[in-house]
Amino acid sequence: MYYLYIVTGLTLLISFIGDRGKTSKAVKIAFKKLVKILPAFVTMLILVSIVLFFIPDKMISNYLGNNDKFIGVILASFFGSITLMPGFIAFPLCGILLKKGVSYMVLSAFTTTLMMVGILTYPIEKEYFGVKVTIVRNVIGFFIALIVALSIGFFFGELS
Amino acid sequence: MKMQNKHIKALAIVIYFVFIIGSFVIGFKSGKQIGHNFITFSVEMLKILPCAFILIGLFEVWVKKESVEKHLGKDSGMIGYIWVVLLAGTTVGGLYVAFPVAYSLFKKGAKLGVIFTYIGASAICRIPMTIFESSFMGIKFSLIRLLVSIPLVILSSVWLENYLETKNYKIMEGK
Repeated sequence: MYYLYIVTGLTLLISFIGDRGKTSKAVKIAFKKLVKILPAFVTMLILVSIVLFFIPDKMISNYLGNNDKFIGVILASFFGSITLMPGFIAFPLCGILLKKGVSYMVLSAFTTTLMMVGILTYPIEKEYFGVKVTIVRNVIGFFIALIVALSIGFFFGELS
Repeated sequence: MKMQNKHIKALAIVIYFVFIIGSFVIGFKSGKQIGHNFITFSVEMLKILPCAFILIGLFEVWVKKESVEKHLGKDSGMIGYIWVVLLAGTTVGGLYVAFPVAYSLFKKGAKLGVIFTYIGASAICRIPMTIFESSFMGIKFSLIRLLVSIPLVILSSVWLENYLETKNYKIMEGK
């Protein structure tokens, strides 16, 4: 996280030394763009807060841990698609599940859909790219995640 | 009709916040939990968004359209995809940061296939996230995941670009 602040600070400083006018224009653009998309972010945050209340981490662990592998993959990709979780929560959770005996295949279906499919980020994505492209991109992401899960299953010898 | 939808949405947002504040006042446990979720995620995003947008602003004033066009535009070929995967590796946050960046790249002349690759790649191969992942799941897991997903992301983005071009698709902010 800190490298983001360092990079932003340094870039801003170099830009300021190079051209004050351009730099203040850049900050203005940044502010305008941020304000413009803010309502979509608030919508997303509201959805996230509600969905995570009804689907807490504990429930996800229970469902991923208790099933046949292939049902596990389907459930994992379902949960991964409808939730949103930062990596610093998701990967430690997967680490725990792995120790409990959940297969790599199921966990990869969960993490990959978590990263690629964003039902909760829909309000933001559609502001930039429109409804149709947003849906198509997410469907493609879902199938890529399934292929990734099967490949992981194959290479870790979990398919049989 | 559009106006009406906007009002309904605004009303829903107001009701949500009244519900959350009310829950804290009367001590309604479920409402408080939802409020906590909201705050946790808002803080997480506020740590990233201002920096991300300042970098986007600097990108828009300093980077010339011609250079984006040359490296990521119509005639960039395969190299454009490689550049954009590398760029995606340095992205922070998640999809919600990738969308505005992708939009700015597009405005500067990057082709559609390249920006969809950027979105997909910044979801799956952010470097700090991948290092964190491999510390929990093992390097083999991360490597297989990257080697399988990156080519698929590129291929599907090329396909999506071709498909949208036959449909005369135009990206418009706020549409």
